[in-house]
Amino acid sequence: MRIEKVDVLIIGGGAAGLAAAIEAKNTGVKTLLLERDRNTGGVLNQCIHNGFGLHVFKEELTGPEFMERLWEELGNLDEIIRNNYTVLKIDHINREVITLSEEGIVVFKPKALIMATGARERPLNALRIPGSRVAGVYTAGVAQKMVNIYNRLPGNRVLIVGSGDIGLIMARRLKIEGMDVLGVVEIMPEPGGLIRNVVQCLEDFNIPLWLSHTVFKIHGKERLEGVTIGKVDENFNPIPGTERYIEVDTLVASVGLIPQNELIENFVEMDPINRGPVIDDLMRTSIEWIFAAGNNVAIHDLVDFVYEEGKIAGRNAAKYVLGEKLPKPKYIFKRGNNVGVLLPQRFTGKEPFKMYLRPKKSLEKSAILFSGKVVRKFNWKIRPSEMIDLVVRNFESLPNEVLVEVNKID
Amino acid sequence: MRVFVIGAGITGSLITRELSKYDLEVHVIDKAPDIGWGVTKANSAIVHGGYDDPPGSVRAQFAALGNKMYDELSNELDFDFIRTGSYVVAFKEEDVEYLKELKKRGVKNGVSNLEILTSEELKNREPNLNKDIKAALWCPTAGITEPWEVSIAAIENAKDNGAIVHLDEKVLDIIVQNQKVKKILTDKGEYNADIIINAAGLFADEIAKMAGVADFEIFPRKGEYILLDKKLKGLVNAVIFPTPTKKSKGILVVPTVDGGILLGPNAVDLPKDQKNNLETTKEGLNEVYEKSKALVPSIDISYSVKTFAGLRPETKNKDFIIGATKIWGFINVAGIRSPGLTAAPAIAKYITEKVIPEDLGLNLSKKSNFNPFRKRIPHLEETNLEEWEKIVKKDPRFGRTVCFCNNVSEGEIVEAIKRGAKTLDGVKFRTRASFGRCQGGFCSLKILEIISRELSIPLEEIKQNYKNSWIVKGKVRP
Ligand SMILES: Cc1cc2nc3c(=O)[nH]c(=O)nc-3n(C[C@H](O)[C@H](O)[C@H](O)COP(=O)(O)OP(=O)(O)OC[C@H]3O[C@@H](n4cnc5c(N)ncnc54)[C@H](O)[C@@H]3O)c2cc1C
Ligand SMILES: Cc1cc2nc3c(=O)[nH]c(=O)nc-3n(C[C@H](O)[C@H](O)[C@H](O)COP(=O)(O)OP(=O)(O)OC[C@H]3O[C@@H](n4cnc5c(N)ncnc54)[C@H](O)[C@@H]3O)c2cc1C
Repeated sequence: MRIEKVDVLIIGGGAAGLAAAIEAKNTGVKTLLLERDRNTGGVLNQCIHNGFGLHVFKEELTGPEFMERLWEELGNLDEIIRNNYTVLKIDHINREVITLSEEGIVVFKPKALIMATGARERPLNALRIPGSRVAGVYTAGVAQKMVNIYNRLPGNRVLIVGSGDIGLIMARRLKIEGMDVLGVVEIMPEPGGLIRNVVQCLEDFNIPLWLSHTVFKIHGKERLEGVTIGKVDENFNPIPGTERYIEVDTLVASVGLIPQNELIENFVEMDPINRGPVIDDLMRTSIEWIFAAGNNVAIHDLVDFVYEEGKIAGRNAAKYVLGEKLPKPKYIFKRGNNVGVLLPQRFTGKEPFKMYLRPKKSLEKSAILFSGKVVRKFNWKIRPSEMIDLVVRNFESLPNEVLVEVNKID
Repeated sequence: MRVFVIGAGITGSLITRELSKYDLEVHVIDKAPDIGWGVTKANSAIVHGGYDDPPGSVRAQFAALGNKMYDELSNELDFDFIRTGSYVVAFKEEDVEYLKELKKRGVKNGVSNLEILTSEELKNREPNLNKDIKAALWCPTAGITEPWEVSIAAIENAKDNGAIVHLDEKVLDIIVQNQKVKKILTDKGEYNADIIINAAGLFADEIAKMAGVADFEIFPRKGEYILLDKKLKGLVNAVIFPTPTKKSKGILVVPTVDGGILLGPNAVDLPKDQKNNLETTKEGLNEVYEKSKALVPSIDISYSVKTFAGLRPETKNKDFIIGATKIWGFINVAGIRSPGLTAAPAIAKYITEKVIPEDLGLNLSKKSNFNPFRKRIPHLEETNLEEWEKIVKKDPRFGRTVCFCNNVSEGEIVEAIKRGAKTLDGVKFRTRASFGRCQGGFCSLKILEIISRELSIPLEEIKQNYKNSWIVKGKVRP
């Protein structure tokens, strides 16, 4: 077993990990990024649609284009990136990262660690939909990879389950490639993805979206033959009499992304709502030498935000390695009314920073409040599916524990 | 002497291996594309203690005996078998009485190590169980295994010892002459046969009918399951049974060998023509959830990984039908319902050591060169890292991870294909790749690629499991 010493070690080479690597490397510390896949880029590899980089590069790029920008920024990839390295385990007591690759077992001893392991898709199997277990059921990400990377179609007639962004994008993609896309069913009363995607992917292509609908049963012997769909009430119980059989040979499920934190969740303080580590404005976890950024911290809508987080994590991890004394978190953000995803949960109060949050429920007119004080108003409808970013500048007057609320206003 | 075993489930597989110890030409034949895809694939995977089968039943004759054989068998065939022990828990006073009854029954069946524990004792050992439990019957010898892996291991070993394996081949008829078996007809050909062993699971009645000994019928009884993520490892350490009812052992909470938690099964009788009905139902899954929650209240259903159903091959008397028939050479191993996994090793020995020599009057001679050992495909999660490094140094493909949830490498997948996997399920059941929490999201396409490369077949022709379970339709553009 070989042992390698390194200053900043980054696990995961998606947008967050690449951004972190760029920042860390630019400070001159010895930086290494481990990626378990054949190449870096993460989900960007398979997102050949455009819509990436509007904030960061002020341009609409495709996923691979965005990825290439990051590669350019990084410079000599071979020096920094190790592809096909899977991290098996983090021994946080001895500060060791144990990996498997074609070289065998390599143990890295980093001074600082950045977790950028991204998210995985929730499989349809996890939803316990009754019926047969048949071929022809894919997650949207698998279908996307199949079409965009493997150049293969998943079937002939498809129903999309769940209106998350990947589901919406795949509805359009499969339609363009000649499949019969019968529609999208969404169990919630509102779409799960960005409104721009509902418009550009469904409405522009005449693909129906059935809200408050779900799949009641899966039919078929070996390959999928059809599904029974129907309407659900507020408690997501099927409404009798609304059942309808739809003949399809393919189901594409976009029923949620789950942050991947198996490597740290047993020793780092976790946020059960974000399903990621609790972090501060320096992207530090509860363990001072472990930082985190990207979809493993919480699910983000836009790559730009992931990229910015990665940069913050990279910068501060490098500072930590260089022995700079980083400020301690001074304030705590607590969830109050109507707050779902929220990050960071801690902040040092030294510099302005961006806060991200999702309301639990949609509101026509609303405001974000910090311990009772309005800090931002919305004249447009806010929804859980669209992450709100908010630059926090004035914290001198805040109490140490800040209650964050999203309330209705008139 | 040519012997045909019909069915490569756990009973047929172990019988085939037992037969391969002798100087015989042994064939095993299964209509499924792979080994162990019948009843053996979907069940509770428990090697039962053997205490609860009615004394005097055929089940009782084999269950306790089979249990005892599992240590040596798992050692020879290198499959996972863990003696976790089991508890039958009692919520009511009358149930406590029943536990005493069960304990006595155990003694009659030759299972004498049973113990009745108080709720206090139980709490220390299984802290997550319902606090209202009054007492529990502890059986230290109960265990868990992977039934399909037992079948695969047994067939691999039998093959090494000369057995011939026919998969994807369905038996259509059996020709009998002068009250003796003569031929077996399949969808691929016909073979002369001297002995036919009917281990066809749910379809054993149909096979028996082909030989003209249709004196029993098999009814499917469905059992549904919910599998929970191995993040919950340790939720229970042993198998947890409720106090049984007349119909079944009830809905259980079972640890799986790779750390997951299995909930189920319920029991629903189906009409005789529904032997392929493996659908889960809303009612069934709800029942499984509610009843398992009664045993372990902290069960969090959001950890579900998947659901599935199995069918028990039931007969009228709820007992095994094992032995020679009026047709010389035709042997039934039928109605192998629960505890069939447990009993299978003992049944296999009984066929070669009792039925063939005594009922058919044949003296079998043992091969001198029988090799009892089979080695499993190495798995990272079961190997220490120094050793794994040696494996990688020999073959770097074992250093390339394909399935991230269960840490399965390309090397393991290639080895599974070498050993006969042709489908995604074939790979999955041999390596646990795509068995985990993402259910193949990250790896299924990579596995397709590897199968395609290793077997030189286009992606479009690779199946999930059976003939019509295609995965990829065709090229998006040429
Ligand atoms: C289908 C889809 C469409 C999208 N569309 C848009 C869009 O139009 N515009 C936009 O701005 N954003 C879009 N996004 C969002 C944005 O692309 C993502 O939020 C962002 O790319 C996530 O980056 P990440 O680095 O956090 O995670 P990922 O890209 O998931 O990267 C994580 C990386 O970590 C690696 N890894 C994980 N575990 C380990 C381990 N143990 N060892 C080694 N490596 C490991 C993974 O292999 C992966 O490469 C889209 C996302 C998806 C999925
Ligand atoms: C819900 C459930 C829970 C259970 N739990 C347990 C438990 O915890 N412990 C325990 O000990 N037992 C348990 N059992 C029982 C156990 O699973 C079975 O007894 C055992 O798997 C039966 O194995 P088999 O080889 O006899 O049948 P199978 O595995 O069904 O094998 C028969 C094979 O014959 C093949 N076949 C059929 N017809 C033909 C044909 N015409 N031509 C060629 N091939 C044919 C089939 O394809 C099949 O592969 C359970 C069963 C169920 C359903």
